[in-house]
Amino acid sequence: MSWEVVIGLEIHAQLTTKSKIFSGASTEYGAAPNSQACPIDAGMPGMLPVLNHAVLGKSIMLGLALDAELGMRSVFDRKNYFYPDSPKGYQTTQMDFPIVGQGKLEIELEDGTKKVIGVTRAHLEEDAGKSVHGIVPGQTGIDLNRSGTALLEIVSDPDMSSAKEAVAYAKKMHELVQYLGICDGNMQEGSFRVDSNVSVRRPGEPLGTRAELKNINSFKFIEKAIEIEIERQIEVIESGGKVVQETRLYDSEKDITRSMRTKEEANDYRYFPCPDLLPVIITEADVEAVRVVMPELPDAKRARFVSDFNLSDYDAAVLTGSRAMAEFFEKVVALTDAKDPKMCANWATSGFSAALNRDGLSIENAPVSADMLAGMISRIIDNSISGKIAKQVFDAMWQGEGSADEIIESKGLKQITDTGAIEALVDDVLANNPDQVEAYKGGQEKMMGYFVGQIMKASGGQANPGQVNKLLTAKLKA
Amino acid sequence: MHNLTIKQMSEKLHSGEITSVQLTQHYLDRISQYDADLNAFVTVTPELAISMAEAADQKLAAGDAELLTGIPVAHKDIFCTDGVKTSCGSKMLDNFIAPYDAHVVTLMNKIGMPILGKTNMDEFAMGSSSESSYYGPTKNPWDHKAVPGGSSGGSAAVIAAGLAPLATGTDTGGSVRQPASFCGITGIKPTYGAVSRFGIIAYASSFDQAGPMTRSAEDSAWMLNAMAGFDERDSTSLNREKTDYTAELGQSLKGLKVGVPAEYFGAGLDPEVEVVIKTAISEVEKLGGEVVEVHLPNKDLAVPAYYVLAPAEASANLSRYDGVRFGYRCDQPTGLEDLYKRSRSEGFGEEVKRRIMVGAYALSAGYYDAYYLKAQKLRRMVRDDFTKAFESCDVIMGPVAPTSAFNIGEKSDDQVSMYLADLYTIPVNLAGLPALSVPAGFANNRPVGLHIVGPYFSEAKLLNIGHQFQQVTDWHKHMPAQYQ
Repeated sequence: MSWEVVIGLEIHAQLTTKSKIFSGASTEYGAAPNSQACPIDAGMPGMLPVLNHAVLGKSIMLGLALDAELGMRSVFDRKNYFYPDSPKGYQTTQMDFPIVGQGKLEIELEDGTKKVIGVTRAHLEEDAGKSVHGIVPGQTGIDLNRSGTALLEIVSDPDMSSAKEAVAYAKKMHELVQYLGICDGNMQEGSFRVDSNVSVRRPGEPLGTRAELKNINSFKFIEKAIEIEIERQIEVIESGGKVVQETRLYDSEKDITRSMRTKEEANDYRYFPCPDLLPVIITEADVEAVRVVMPELPDAKRARFVSDFNLSDYDAAVLTGSRAMAEFFEKVVALTDAKDPKMCANWATSGFSAALNRDGLSIENAPVSADMLAGMISRIIDNSISGKIAKQVFDAMWQGEGSADEIIESKGLKQITDTGAIEALVDDVLANNPDQVEAYKGGQEKMMGYFVGQIMKASGGQANPGQVNKLLTAKLKA
Repeated sequence: MHNLTIKQMSEKLHSGEITSVQLTQHYLDRISQYDADLNAFVTVTPELAISMAEAADQKLAAGDAELLTGIPVAHKDIFCTDGVKTSCGSKMLDNFIAPYDAHVVTLMNKIGMPILGKTNMDEFAMGSSSESSYYGPTKNPWDHKAVPGGSSGGSAAVIAAGLAPLATGTDTGGSVRQPASFCGITGIKPTYGAVSRFGIIAYASSFDQAGPMTRSAEDSAWMLNAMAGFDERDSTSLNREKTDYTAELGQSLKGLKVGVPAEYFGAGLDPEVEVVIKTAISEVEKLGGEVVEVHLPNKDLAVPAYYVLAPAEASANLSRYDGVRFGYRCDQPTGLEDLYKRSRSEGFGEEVKRRIMVGAYALSAGYYDAYYLKAQKLRRMVRDDFTKAFESCDVIMGPVAPTSAFNIGEKSDDQVSMYLADLYTIPVNLAGLPALSVPAGFANNRPVGLHIVGPYFSEAKLLNIGHQFQQVTDWHKHMPAQYQ
C-alpha cells in the first residue's frame, strides 16, 4: 500500500533592521560575545521593550507579496519558558493576532508543474541568545548578542507532499524575502532558518503524528533530512510501531535523524498578551506606503524579461534567481541601450556567473561591475571585437587589468574590419592551400570552415568573421 | 526644618537662608537617630546625598535652580538607582546594583534632588503591610506595634516620621494610598501611564504606577510635576502635553459633585473609620461640595480579578530572576534545573512564590479562559462602573482601607483577609484611574485616609480638593510625638 507524505514548514527569517526589535542595540553579526546586548536584551530588572517600527513595513511587505490578509491590529504575547539563552524567561511573540494572516505562495517543481502552497501566518518575535561552549572549560556561557533580534516566523500550511516540494517552497520563500530586502537570507549565519514538520499517512486517513526537523542550514540537507525522515516513519509504522511527536536533529555525516526532545517533556507556554506593549495598529495608509515602494517580485520580473527582452524562460529564471543578479542584468541592458538583451543575458548567466562561482564571489564584490561588462558588450555590438576576443577581454577585466577599452587598446585586440586587409589574408590562405581549394570546388563545401579557421588564425582572431565569410565566399565562387 | 512645606523649603533654599547641604544633613541626622528602630530604609546613602546637595547648592547659587532643587528625596527600593543597590525588598536582589536610573530618578536627579536612600517595602511590592520584606518589617511611626501599610510602607513611614520631605512610591493595588492612609500622610496614584515605568522593577505591568508620598497635597502636586511626563522608553507612557499639577491649587470646591457609593459603607468597614470618612465628606460639603449617591455594583469583583491578573503578569515578570545573569544564585548548583529551582526557591519569599504559582496556574492550558480571560472581563466591568459613576459626579470619595493600621503579625498568616484590606484601592488600579489619599483623622488612635478618586487625568483637580481640605483641617500637620 502506498503512503502519503504531509509536510509543513516554519521559517524564521531575521529581518534586516539595524537595531533589535525592542531595543536600540545593534544587530551586526559576529561581534564579541555580549558586546551587542543592552540591559533590555539582557532582561535586566525594570527594563521595558519599545517596538522598533522598522519591522512593521517589512512585515506588511511580506504580507502583500504573499497576497495575505494583514493583521491590522496585531498583539504581542509572552511565551513563557525557562532557558539560559532566554533572558526574561519568556519570549515576546505574537500568538492569537499575528501581523500577517493567511496567504499563499506559488512554487514551481522541476518538471515545470506549479503548485500553490498556503501560508498560514507570519508573526513577529524576538530571537533568543546563544549558549556558548568552550570559552570557560566545563561551563556553558551565554552570548546575548542575538537576543532581541527581530524575526518573522513564517508558517506554511501542511501543503507539501514531498521533500522536493518542501525545498522548492523554502527556496522560493528564501528568494522572496531577499527580493523584498527584508532578510539577507544568510543561512550559515542563521538569518534564514527552516524547521520542517513531517508526517506520513495512508491515503484518505487523518494526519499522522509529526516529527519536527530543526536547525538544518542548507537546502540540500533539508531535502535529504526530510527524505530519510519519511523513510524512517514509514519503517516505524510498517514494523508495527508508532511515530512519536518530537523534535529531531539531522546528522549530515551519518545521514540519519536523531531524537532531540519529545513533546511530552515540552512546556505549557502560558501565552498571554504582553502588558508592556500596546497592540500594533496598521492603517490603510501604512499599507499604501509600503505598496508604493514594493519591489517587483520574481515572478513578475521573470515574465517581463521574457516579454520585453525576448529571453527564454530558462534564461529569465536564472537571471531572476536573485534580486542582485536581476538588477545587474538590467543595468547591463540599460547601459548598452538595450541593443542586444539576449547577448547581455548570455554574458550574465554564463561568463560572469561562471567566474563568480569559480572564485566564490558575490555580485557586490565581483571585480567586473555592470558598467564594465556593458562597456565590453558595447564593443561586441559595434564590431570592435568578436565574441571570441571578448572572452579574452573579460578574463583580463576580471584580473583587474582595466576597462574593456583599455584592454582592447593595450593588447591590440581591435577587430580587423578593413576590407583590404581581410582580402589580403583571404588571398594568402587560398594561395597557400591549392589542394583544399580544389577539393572545395569539387563539391566539398565543408572546406569552407577550414578556410575560415585558417584566416582567423592568421589574423590572430581579430578579423571580423562576417566579413571573412563574405569575402571568402565571393572569392571561391568567382 | 522638617515641618516646613516644600514651597517654604524651596523659598529658604532660593533665598540662601538654608543650603541644600544643611537641609540634607538635617534629614540624614534624623535618619541615623530614628531609623535603626523604624527600619524604613533598606539603604541610606549619606555620601551620595551630600555630594548631590553640594551640586544642588551650586545650581541654586548659579540661579538655574527649579522649585525642587536641593530638596532631598527618598526612593522606594523598587526604583533602579545607578550605582546604588536596588533590592525590591528581596533576597533575590540583595546583591543587585543597577547600571541605570529609573526615569523618575533621572528626572529628579536632573532637578538636583539629593537621594537620602532607598526605602523598605514588601518584597517585589507584593503585600499590604511591608512585612514581606527580606529586610524585616518597617514600623508605623504612630505606633511601633502597627504596620505602616504596604507595599510602599518604608516611604510612608519616612514621611510620617519626618526622615525625608518627599518619597517616591508605587501603587499596583493600593501600595501608595493604603500606607499613606495608615501613616497619616498624603499620597497620589496618578492615571496609569502618567509616570514612566522605565527602571521601576515590574510587579504587574498593567497596574504598576508610581506616585509621590508627601506631607500635604500641595507638596504632592509639586512632586508630581517633577515625576510625570512622557517617556519614549515606556510604551505605555502617555504622550500628552506636560501638565502643571499645581495649576488648580486654590480653586473653590463650590458645586463639586462628590459621589459617595453606598457600597463603600457596608459590612467590614470599621465603624470608627466610617465616622472619620463621613466627617471628612461633610467638611468637603462645607467647602461647597454636593454629595450625590453613585453605585459601583461590581466593586466586590475587583479583588478576585486583581488576584488573578496581577499574579499572572507577575509570574512572567519575575521569570528573569533565574540565577543566571544577576541576583541571587544558589550555592554549588548541580545542573541547570537545580540552579533554577534552588535559586528561585531560596531567593524569593513566601508571598512572592505564592503569587507566582497562582499566576502561572491561572495562565496554564485549560485554565486560561476560566481565570485569566474571565478576570479581564471583570476588569472591564469594574472600569465601566467608574465611567458610569463619573457621568453623575466629579469625584468619588470613601475610605482608603476598611481599617486603620493593623498590628505587625496580625494578618501575616491570613492572606485572604490581607487581600481584602485592599478592596477600596484595587478597583482604581483595575480602571487605571488617578486617586488620592489625604489624612482625615484617627480610628483606634491610628491615622485614617480619605480616598478621592477621579476620572482619567484629573490629578490636578484631586490635588486641589486635597489642598482645600487641608486648608480647613490639620490632620496632615500631625506628627507622632516622638518624631516631632
